[in-house]
Amino acid sequence: MNTWIAIGATALGCYAVKLAGLLVPAGALEKPLVRRLAALLPVALLAALTAQQTFADGHALVLDARVAGLAAAALALVLRAPFLLVVAAAVVVTAGVRAMGG
Amino acid sequence: MQTCALSLLVFTGASQFALVGALAAGGNPLTAAAGAFFLGVRNAFYGLRLSQLLALPRAVRPFAAQWVIDETTAVALAQPTRRSTRIGFAVTGLSLYVLWNLTTFLGALGADAIGDTDAWGLDAAGPAVFLALLAPMLKTGTERAVAGLAVLLGLGLLPVLPAGVPVLVAALAAPAVLFLEGRRRGTARNDAHNSDVPAHHNDVPEEDS
Repeated sequence: MNTWIAIGATALGCYAVKLAGLLVPAGALEKPLVRRLAALLPVALLAALTAQQTFADGHALVLDARVAGLAAAALALVLRAPFLLVVAAAVVVTAGVRAMGG
Repeated sequence: MQTCALSLLVFTGASQFALVGALAAGGNPLTAAAGAFFLGVRNAFYGLRLSQLLALPRAVRPFAAQWVIDETTAVALAQPTRRSTRIGFAVTGLSLYVLWNLTTFLGALGADAIGDTDAWGLDAAGPAVFLALLAPMLKTGTERAVAGLAVLLGLGLLPVLPAGVPVLVAALAAPAVLFLEGRRRGTARNDAHNSDVPAHHNDVPEEDS
């Protein structure tokens, strides 16, 4: 049930901002500060999410096979690998390290 | 079922992954939704550009809105004429919407067949997706500062705050860095101004009194 609440809230919110962009007159959202903030919010959220899902185990911070997987993904990104290859690198390396007992 | 509803109704990938990630970590549904919402805010700015380019009748806009995402905007903005912009938006929107939901459905079916997703390293797929989405955004020092501060906040607060909340606090890295940047620029401007008129240095303490 809780999951449905989250899905409903996210669906409504995400649809509302999409529609707002199409309907709102340009002036209201075109302020440079608002634009900068909207560009930087995803940066902050994605960075925090990446870090948490790499190092978090519940409420504890841990170093496990995921770190090796993320390092592989980062390397793939530096080498300008396509999206799927980046994700595949992380998955394969994480599974590999785990299989070796890491 | 819930996964499919998410793809059908939300249809903006980063928000979906964020929501699932926060819920999987035991987050409160509303804080999870708030994080997903902030990730979707950028779509409003895509809509802003698109509404000028597409020039859609008002009645069509609520239907077009669901397809306002990264990919459709990128394709539409690359088109030279209004006609091709509209075609690009519609074709990209439709094909992505169909494929996204079809593959979500297959993924939801397949998850049961796979069994223990951790043994396959699939728990690393989530952060890798975020990293891949994040990397092209880190163009200047400002973005890197925001990302670094957000990582510190997100990890540092993880042990002490309820699940899902640290990510929301980490979002404050964006306004915080903007504020500091604005102050620095303001100070730099004042310094430049003051160097023209040295007598008005009021922020330097008078030492030889």
